Amino acid sequence: MFSTKTTEQLKLETRPSSTGAKSFYNNPKYRAWIYQSFLLIFLVGFFYTIVSNTLDNMAAQGIKSGFSFLDSSAGFDVLMSLLPFETTDSYFKIFVIGILNTILVSAIGIIFSTLLGFIFGIAYFSHNYLIRSISIIYVEVFRNIPVILQVIFWYTVFNSLPIARESINIGDAVFLNVTGLYLPQLVGEAGSGFVYGAIVMAIIAVFCIKKWAHKRQDASGEQFPVLWSSIAVLVLLPLLALLVSGVPFHFDYPALKGFNFRGGITVIPELMSLAVALSIYTGAFIAEAVRAGVQSVPQGQTEAARSVGLKESKIMSLIIVPQAMRVITPMLNSEYQSLVKNTTIATAIGYPELFTVFAGSALNQVGQAVEIMFMTLAIYFALNMFISFVMNHFNKRTELTTR
Amino acid sequence: MKIKNLSMTLAALGLAFSAQSSFAGSTLDAVKKKDVIACGVSTGLAGFSQKDEKGNWSGLDVDVCRGVAAAVLGDASKVQYKPLTAKERFLALQSGEVDLLSRNTTWTHTRDTSLGLNFAGVVYYDGAGFMVSNKLGVKSATELDGANACIQAGTSTELAIADYFRENKMNYKAITFDTADQTRAGFESGRCDFLVSDQSQLYSLRIGLKNPSGAIVLPEVISKEPLGPVVRQNDDEWFNVVKWVVNASIEGEFQGVTSANATDLRKNGKPGQKRLLGSEGDLGQKLGLSADWAYQVIKQVGNYSESFERNVGQGSPMKIARGLNAQWNKGGILYSPAMR
Repeated sequence: MFSTKTTEQLKLETRPSSTGAKSFYNNPKYRAWIYQSFLLIFLVGFFYTIVSNTLDNMAAQGIKSGFSFLDSSAGFDVLMSLLPFETTDSYFKIFVIGILNTILVSAIGIIFSTLLGFIFGIAYFSHNYLIRSISIIYVEVFRNIPVILQVIFWYTVFNSLPIARESINIGDAVFLNVTGLYLPQLVGEAGSGFVYGAIVMAIIAVFCIKKWAHKRQDASGEQFPVLWSSIAVLVLLPLLALLVSGVPFHFDYPALKGFNFRGGITVIPELMSLAVALSIYTGAFIAEAVRAGVQSVPQGQTEAARSVGLKESKIMSLIIVPQAMRVITPMLNSEYQSLVKNTTIATAIGYPELFTVFAGSALNQVGQAVEIMFMTLAIYFALNMFISFVMNHFNKRTELTTR
Repeated sequence: MKIKNLSMTLAALGLAFSAQSSFAGSTLDAVKKKDVIACGVSTGLAGFSQKDEKGNWSGLDVDVCRGVAAAVLGDASKVQYKPLTAKERFLALQSGEVDLLSRNTTWTHTRDTSLGLNFAGVVYYDGAGFMVSNKLGVKSATELDGANACIQAGTSTELAIADYFRENKMNYKAITFDTADQTRAGFESGRCDFLVSDQSQLYSLRIGLKNPSGAIVLPEVISKEPLGPVVRQNDDEWFNVVKWVVNASIEGEFQGVTSANATDLRKNGKPGQKRLLGSEGDLGQKLGLSADWAYQVIKQVGNYSESFERNVGQGSPMKIARGLNAQWNKGGILYSPAMR
């Protein structure tokens, strides 16, 4: 086949070697290089023009530019901060607080949407009619309603709770009212390090048990009840440490002082609304991804698993889900990224994440839209690149290994 | 404005992206050409800018838009209203989306100097204050330590309250909302213990409550909030037009010219009145407007007093007293520079 040359090739070969045919611009290697450098020059010029033009225009309109505003004092309060915050702190601090709040709600959303997604995605395959129907209804209802409506819906729900003085009181320890959820905080005293150490030890022990059980099963085929023994270790070891060290903990209970509850942990309703809405909304999409993943595993795999005598409960976790993950992971990646981007809806209810507090309040006080928008864009870009990086790494591990 | 050397090589493309700032120095011409003024107003604030069921806008801020339209285009109705949140307003003006921003905006040093904007006067002297629910039994703002505050995001109030609480060594938590309506809803639900805003807004927000008598406005006024129209910097022609429309309305009241007697005074008035109304002198021409510019403002919109009483004063449900917003010779601080 390779010996038969086309007429075109023959023509080329028989053509006298003129300078035109051999000149550098006909060399595909150089030509590609030239075209690409043209593209590069074009792109650099394109962005340079946009940036320099924007700066020139801003200067012409008398709008301040530069990043010096980051050092100046913001002078306004932020509703929720994971770092200690004073109204005299700088705009840079506001920026950091915004990022942390975005990461917090994203992390909560990712964890709970994944849980919901896997529960309802697998429930779709249940033989129980009711469970299957609930799963279908969940997906269809929450996937089809705009996420901003869901956020505002939950915000309205939390906003119709009783006022602070008429809180829902659960055992004088947990309080729920319109200003938030108040939980007792566990405060460690001297000697609490011993208990923390025991918890770390227990976690390490669980990993060791798992590894040992795996090895033993590989060698002898005998199974070990990993789950039950892990739970036993996780509960008993810290409990033992707690008793030996004389319970070096106490609770800081929230209490109504003045207008509001003080002490304990406060979860603001804005955070709850946003986290609940995003978890449920994204969970519906993840459930669909899980369903698609499970359905992509051929029926024969289930039958094969049954024929080697695996229990029904083990077929899902050992045979189906690991294979389905190959399909699910790339979809999870984009769902997580959507979730991070959707956190900007917080601006509708005033949860102080990056977009609300930095590209909102700070932007309005400083007025430097270009710088602030650029910084905000860069952070969302970085967060999503990070998710992509982690998920791609995970994807590599779940990929079908072909030899 | 200048196209940098590098982009010269990409002239055709570069030009496409350098087509900007067409508004610099020519808002007046642009407005005359399109025969309508794009005016940025609030998303709904009783007395200042609000839309009725028929879609007609009214209010003290709206009257500035109408006045400018009457002066420039001869017809107060040639206004295209653009409702803006506090967060959007300056960007809308900077980008040229609106020709004039008349949205209960506080004139501050920072805004005047760093946003590329100019404040064209003051139409309402205001100050930030507090509204609390009667149920709390609070009589003074100094009792608000540890309370939650409902605030509209991106306002100068956000800064004023931080200063006030720091000064008095008290703590608060700021719960911010995008619009006045959301702020009020937050206050009503009990999410916050008090609402902080400009005093004028407090009265207007209070009217909108389900039970207005259940809330009181505290006596403390914690900041200076002079509210006025804003235009883009580097367009002196347009800046002058807006500035003098505001002054014409104030001067109209001072000289006793009202929408009812303007036609008569134009013919038979005192020299000062005639000069204002354009039957003598060339004040309109100097602004690049027709001679009857101020006559149109007062005839179609009314003088400052008419506008004030109709929108926020005795003729409105808010019934705000003139206070600081009276003429300088009647106990207030309104004072128009000389109209000559």
